[in-house]
Amino acid sequence: MRTRSDNGKLLLTYAVLIVLTFLSLYPALWIILSSIKEGNSLYSDTLIPSKMTFDHYRDLFERTMYPRWFLNTLKVAVCSTILGTFMLLLSSYAISRFRFAGRKTTLKVFLVLQMFPGFMAMIAIFVMLNAIGLLDSHWALILVYSSGSIISNVFVAKGFFDTIPRSLEDAARIDGASHLNVFVSVIVPLSTPMLTYASLMIFNGAFVDFIFADLILRTEEQRTLAVGLYKMVSQRNSTEFTTFAAGAVLVAIPVTLLFLFLQRYLVEGLTAGASKG
Amino acid sequence: MVRMRKPVGAAILSAIMFGLGQLSNRQWTKGIVFAAFGAIGIYGLIFELFDHLIGLITLGTNPTGFVKVGKLTKMVEGDHSIFMMINGLVAVIAALLFVFYYVLNIRDAYLVAKAREAGEDVRNFRQSLSSLGQKNFAYIILLPAFLTISFLTVLPLVFSILIAFTNYADPILPPARLVDWVGFDNFSKMLSLKQWSHTFGGVLQWTLIWAVIATTTTYIGGVLVAVLIHQPRVRFKKFWRTALIIPFAIPNMISLLVMRNMFNNQFGPINDYLRRIGLGGLPWLTDPFWAKTTVILVNMWIGIPITMILAFGVLTTIPKDLYEAADTDGASSYHRLRYITMPMVLFSTAPILIMQFAGNINNFNVIYLLTNGEPVNINYQFAGHTDLLVTWLYKLALNQSQFSFASVIGIFIFLIVGSISIWSYTRTRSYREEDMIQ
Repeated sequence: MRTRSDNGKLLLTYAVLIVLTFLSLYPALWIILSSIKEGNSLYSDTLIPSKMTFDHYRDLFERTMYPRWFLNTLKVAVCSTILGTFMLLLSSYAISRFRFAGRKTTLKVFLVLQMFPGFMAMIAIFVMLNAIGLLDSHWALILVYSSGSIISNVFVAKGFFDTIPRSLEDAARIDGASHLNVFVSVIVPLSTPMLTYASLMIFNGAFVDFIFADLILRTEEQRTLAVGLYKMVSQRNSTEFTTFAAGAVLVAIPVTLLFLFLQRYLVEGLTAGASKG
Repeated sequence: MVRMRKPVGAAILSAIMFGLGQLSNRQWTKGIVFAAFGAIGIYGLIFELFDHLIGLITLGTNPTGFVKVGKLTKMVEGDHSIFMMINGLVAVIAALLFVFYYVLNIRDAYLVAKAREAGEDVRNFRQSLSSLGQKNFAYIILLPAFLTISFLTVLPLVFSILIAFTNYADPILPPARLVDWVGFDNFSKMLSLKQWSHTFGGVLQWTLIWAVIATTTTYIGGVLVAVLIHQPRVRFKKFWRTALIIPFAIPNMISLLVMRNMFNNQFGPINDYLRRIGLGGLPWLTDPFWAKTTVILVNMWIGIPITMILAFGVLTTIPKDLYEAADTDGASSYHRLRYITMPMVLFSTAPILIMQFAGNINNFNVIYLLTNGEPVNINYQFAGHTDLLVTWLYKLALNQSQFSFASVIGIFIFLIVGSISIWSYTRTRSYREEDMIQ
């Protein structure tokens, strides 16, 4: 039996949901519309521009080093993802499965490392890289991102491996498989959800980092998208706002799509990470 | 005379010289390999590492200065304290590895001799190598991570911690000046010297207020939104969910920069709308109070989706018969929320709440990209009204070259976050009952 007040409540629910949806989509909508607006100012009379233009996107490609930055970013992000996921997989598997001397200590060290503010170490890395002449190199970034990604994801990954029953590996071992065989043919295929989550996190981290990358990459040619974009806003501020808007849209699109498509893994990973395995 | 037991004898031989114990065990190749690496290590320790280890203690003795050479004065470059410190740290690690190798060498001689005493066959070199892979598989696959983390995370971190105990802060910057160890000076300055303690107290206070408000608002907001969508009669659940996850999917570096423009006092669309409906615009980012409000509002926009996702997970696990029982008893929807949904959700998300609190203390991006810590507080030392400890740390180190003070703040943050995390971590089930499953 539905009463009138029940229907009223449902209507109210929908009204609230519509308002929330509008609020959560508005910034994206606004920046997309700003990017196809004429002129270069922040201010506009109407939300939907009266005249549309794709000039800002063209400018981005012709007047800035945007394509170059894009390739740099892709290189850094893909390499860090591969290297980071590889090391993460190996180390969290070892911690989850083997009871070796120093295991508890290793776990505690990881926990402690997570608690330091990330860029406390940044200055030291900068000085070190400077000393060995690796400044302004993408490889420095890749190594640092991979190392950081192990620390931030190790508990999620370990928790995931803990849930895979040992009987699967034991069966393979009875058949005479070595540790390496077991790992490659039993464990890796089973870890797809965790691998997807971890690599998405690492990729995203490398894609949007502007603090550390800005410190390491000294020349314009070496910059990544995030750094380039950040400089664009902080240096020229609102004078070239529409070009920034176009750049922001292009950076956001790949990551946003990845997140939306891989939503399921994301939810699983987040839930696992939240309860610390 | 009591004959010395063989294993102890082999261990002592190895302790005297690398590989000697192995040779006495008749493992010729292994003994030679151990001896060779040992010799390289000792050579390195004496001729390469020793100076660096001394350097770590002195941090340099020759300042940069002018020296008279005949009639001319020439500038002579002195010691660079910071490079010396890093070299010293690398040397310490190398020395530790060497000590580890030394212990390993003794242990190996002891174990093999013991096995021989028990009448087992002694493995030849090739067999030892191949069994190494199976026996120590865990260590071998941990090695790449171990190496990268020790050099790229642990070493820099130790360096930063050590910096807190030196006077490495503008104007004492190498190579022009030598840096010295000063013990706990910086800590006592931070806590008692007026100019520092005033800023530290203020920033710390705002950091904690911020962390509490930011955590509770996103948490309550996220749970409420999830409950709203989860109502049985609401349709298009998947659509609402996806639409409301969007703020989480957009990289927050982008959305924060966009927000900064949206909240622009003069030209931003938000003030524009407010003016159009006849209300004056608000100083969103320039007034201390409103800037704080803005960062909290924007943080809600970013943070609510995450709690929402997590709360969904919990909501689907609440058994339906609980609600049916409540219906039979004539409970109102408010009562169902208050006595069934909220306790269930709160119970399973409590650890997240604590971790989010710790995360918010370190929430660099929201503050840095949105307000950059501004508006400036003239009573503060290099900090603004919305600066958190982390953003202040960043400014001190990168803009002001106050490295030692930045490190002191980093250590304080570590102590705060560390005590919260350890407290919550030891309470999670997975830590206490780790080996109970399986």
